[in-house]
Amino acid sequence: MGGMAAPQVAPVETPDTDEVPVSDRPWVTIVWDDPVNLMTYVTWVFQKLFGYSREKAEQLMLDVHHKGKAVVSSGARERMEHDASQLHAYGLWATVDKS
Amino acid sequence: MFRRYGDRYVATFAVDEVRVLRKVASEVVGLLTDGFDHGDPVVGRLFPEVYPGDTAGTAEFRRYTEGDLKTAKIDQAGAILAALPDGDVGGEVRLDAEAAEAWLRALNDARLAMGVRLEIKDGTDVGEEIDEAVAVDPTSSRVFQLSVYAYLGYLQESLLNALID
Repeated sequence: MGGMAAPQVAPVETPDTDEVPVSDRPWVTIVWDDPVNLMTYVTWVFQKLFGYSREKAEQLMLDVHHKGKAVVSSGARERMEHDASQLHAYGLWATVDKS
Repeated sequence: MFRRYGDRYVATFAVDEVRVLRKVASEVVGLLTDGFDHGDPVVGRLFPEVYPGDTAGTAEFRRYTEGDLKTAKIDQAGAILAALPDGDVGGEVRLDAEAAEAWLRALNDARLAMGVRLEIKDGTDVGEEIDEAVAVDPTSSRVFQLSVYAYLGYLQESLLNALID
């Protein structure tokens, strides 16, 4: 191999003000599509648990149905775990993830 | 099927319906008590992994939430058993709003459990499944289970409509 040494360049720190540190990013609760839950029931659960309007709850339900999943709430990790456990009580398939 | 009368949700069940409801609610209670096993796909569906692929995170979540969730699911199945007529008879069931919501969740748990066992998939047409199963053997357990699954769906929907109404 040739002996040309690559110039040593110190990595330059380029601060990106848009980038929020990973640890500060909110968490999300995701509801996944499943073949059993009735669409009307899923809409009702979203209204009941999150206080969403009929329109918003219906849109989320349709997102779950057509896209396979939807983010239904976001915030602190503990809060999302609480939401997921509530959704499990209603039989919805919910998981928690970083946004 | 349920209808709303004032602040009560009312349905009249034939003896066969009472038997079926008692059976499915008892099976859910059994699943959550004696036979509780995370390896069972039904338990996996009722208690989903909250952090898919993260066993430690999911275990930690379960340590804090699973006891309450299990109790809630047993209680809601118990709400069905408590409201059914005593004995092997048909009769009327009258629910207040709280009991109606417990029934709604319990019927959903029962349908989820049956859906896993019956391998219900997205786009499964239960009517067609029943027709196919009848063609194979009209007396099979699959015909009965599919019919119960369809019945619980109608019942849940009627209760939900009565609640939303």
